Amino acid sequence: MQNLGIQILFQGNNFLRLWVGLWVSLKLAVISMFFSICLGMLFGMVMTSTNKLVRFFCRLYLETVRIMPQLVLLFLVYFGAAKHLNVNLSGGTAAVLVFTFWGTAEMGDLVRSALESIPVHQYQSGYALGFGKIGVYRHIIIPQTIRRLLPSMMNLLTRMVKTTSLVVLIGVIEVVKVGKQIIDASRYTVPDAALWVYGVIFIMYFAVCYPFSRAAALLDKKLRD
Amino acid sequence: MKKGLLSALLGITMAAGLLAGCSQAKAPAGAPAQEASPSAKARSLDEIKKAGTIRIGVFSDKNPFGYVDSNGKIQGYDVYFGKRIAKDLFGSEDKVEFVYVEAASRVEYLKSAKVDVILANFTVTNERKEQVDFALPYMKVALGVVSPDKALISDVSQLKDKTLIVVKGTTAETYFSQNHPEIKLLKFDEYQEAYDALADGRGDAFSTDNTEVLAWAIQNKGFTVGIESIGNLDTIAPAVQKGNTELLEWLNGEIKSLAGEQFFHQDYKETLEPVYGDEIDPENLVVEGGQV
Repeated sequence: MQNLGIQILFQGNNFLRLWVGLWVSLKLAVISMFFSICLGMLFGMVMTSTNKLVRFFCRLYLETVRIMPQLVLLFLVYFGAAKHLNVNLSGGTAAVLVFTFWGTAEMGDLVRSALESIPVHQYQSGYALGFGKIGVYRHIIIPQTIRRLLPSMMNLLTRMVKTTSLVVLIGVIEVVKVGKQIIDASRYTVPDAALWVYGVIFIMYFAVCYPFSRAAALLDKKLRD
Repeated sequence: MKKGLLSALLGITMAAGLLAGCSQAKAPAGAPAQEASPSAKARSLDEIKKAGTIRIGVFSDKNPFGYVDSNGKIQGYDVYFGKRIAKDLFGSEDKVEFVYVEAASRVEYLKSAKVDVILANFTVTNERKEQVDFALPYMKVALGVVSPDKALISDVSQLKDKTLIVVKGTTAETYFSQNHPEIKLLKFDEYQEAYDALADGRGDAFSTDNTEVLAWAIQNKGFTVGIESIGNLDTIAPAVQKGNTELLEWLNGEIKSLAGEQFFHQDYKETLEPVYGDEIDPENLVVEGGQV
């Protein structure tokens, strides 16, 4: 009988450990995404402001986030805060903070572009019909914006799920790290475990990200009807 | 005009972001010695005793030194020692919280006081000594040379004019190119390629850390580590935050007193022997009482 690498998945509770790791990744991504959407909506509206100073600071924030690799931000918040400010955050908290910081900027920019893509006559028609500023946003602009936002928002969410694999560097044990532990623990007995373990992780990521994009597609269709 | 001003400001912003990014990215790697870099105050021995648990940073994917078994339990040579530390401090092996660290951020974990001690196969180097305080060593590593049984290389002189396989960037490459120019070197990027080359007979022998070749030879019939220890001897020791003298002295005392019962030989027997087999002399790896 050949010594198949797949057996590694069924040793002890390896398979369960991978799922627990995936749950950690997913939890971080979903919590961060929730905050990012809430804050990003607000930030996006602020970004459309005509005030030069406000626009400048928005731009500053967005460019900072875009330029800094998320890994650097993670180290900064996890180790930097402990060293300089004596704030000892857990790995999970640091990760949510960083991903929210990143997600808010990205989300804000998406909201801004969606808002700006609404033709100006939509606003003007609204005002002409007697809506106030809030009324125009609530009944005319936001419903249209959300539809335009959906695809890029889902794109951001799946990116966030995948980026969670960085948090292993600040000590959070998520699915990729569990995979590495499993591969290494058996590297003398099952040398080809890597292929199988990473293969399963690939399928797991797909299983998590695919429903999100399906849900977005369905929602998009429903909104169109 | 206005446009020019705006883009200039944007440029400055981006440059500032870039600079901040670069300077911070270096810190985790621990490469440059930053004497002035602040660090959170580590817990003193009394504070640890009062808290009732000690936090020890270990590897979770470096079999057999620190790894997680298929039941999710942390095991290994370093972990065995970590449990003993807890037992001698608090009277129970369970009073230890193992924090899983990565090779690149070991120094940062100490500097930010996220762990009390690092027991993650931490090789003592002069560069690292500037950043952390090392206790007495509990292990040593050197280079090993593995070769086929048919043409076993048991002395470095046998390698003259023969081909030795090494992996680029390892201490083996540096050592043999500097000290033995008479040996032809065949270099590879990855361990797997190097092992394949040895199996195919493209070289006469392969050299890297002795812990690595010893474990490999056990799993591959027909190959033996003829030279178990050659080159510069490196030691592996526990590390604490710079200036945490009480804890450092306690660890040194602990390592010295454990020599009486040959603790690290016991540790070797429990964790390393299943991997290295009983043909290897533990004296090539184990250090008792900090005496190299």
